[in-house]
Amino acid sequence: MDRNRLQHQAASMRRSLFDQGYLDEPFIQLEELQDDASPNFVQEIVTLFYTDSARLIQNIEHALNSRPIDFDKLDDYMHRFKGSSSSIGAKKVMNECTVFREYCSAENAEGCFRSFQQVKQDHAILRRKLEVYLQMVRQAAVSQTT
Amino acid sequence: MAVNGAVTWLRRAEEIDGYDLSASDSEEVHVLAVDDSLVDRKVIERLLKITSCKVTAVDSGRRALQFLGLDEEKEANGFDGLKVDLIITDYCMPGMTGYELLKKVKESSAFREIPVVIMSSENVIARIDRCLEEGAEDFIVKPVKLSDVKRIIDYMTTDFREGEERRRGINKRKLRD
Repeated sequence: MDRNRLQHQAASMRRSLFDQGYLDEPFIQLEELQDDASPNFVQEIVTLFYTDSARLIQNIEHALNSRPIDFDKLDDYMHRFKGSSSSIGAKKVMNECTVFREYCSAENAEGCFRSFQQVKQDHAILRRKLEVYLQMVRQAAVSQTT
Repeated sequence: MAVNGAVTWLRRAEEIDGYDLSASDSEEVHVLAVDDSLVDRKVIERLLKITSCKVTAVDSGRRALQFLGLDEEKEANGFDGLKVDLIITDYCMPGMTGYELLKKVKESSAFREIPVVIMSSENVIARIDRCLEEGAEDFIVKPVKLSDVKRIIDYMTTDFREGEERRRGINKRKLRD
């Protein structure tokens, strides 16, 4: 496909990620940190984020399924999850983490469960969208202008 | 000695009384970055490299102390000559917090002159005050931006250079008397 068209599609997808509130300012900063010396920086960070957060999600699942629930531990995991989400500009995920932490400090297990489902959902959706977006960017980069 | 860039002071520093700095082979500012988050470590590393710093990134306060050679249980292992010019550390870390690391650095006669900057995702005034009172140079709220890093590096190198120039100015006057 024509490079211009691919670039246009990628830009469009990128815009919608921001418009829909999935991504925020820190993601732009990551893009600005990418250059010829570090051409895959954004992809590297995104991959790191998903590796790291997959582990945290497992830990949180485990903690939520333990009896009694250790809310301090849960909060600690979620604090880290929120931190890395914030660093990549994953706005929706980050906001949902905040909601979770509120339920956590209130020791509201039911609230924690519900909000964690939302965190996982937003996290998965963002992952898919980022995969598609970054794929488009790569394709545009290697394609030619016809 | 014609040296480009903002880091002339690194070479001059060994001539200044009271500073027991070993000669640095590199003109680059060497930063020790401490953060338990994988993502944040990678980002801070990139931010510092873009600002032309040499970076050593570690994942805990304990490792930071080992690198400096301050860990009681382990000897510094082969990191001689890599003088640290700045420590930038996360506040919330398991084991040793950034605050505890700050205290240990400021308590050490060998390393207390190294500026320490604290990063935190939480903008808590009491926390900021505590860190500044303990001798932290600056406090950055996460997510860290390039402008934050640039500001700190500029401030560090300018401050040192101005101090050095003042001292040279005083020496010149003495010679004339």
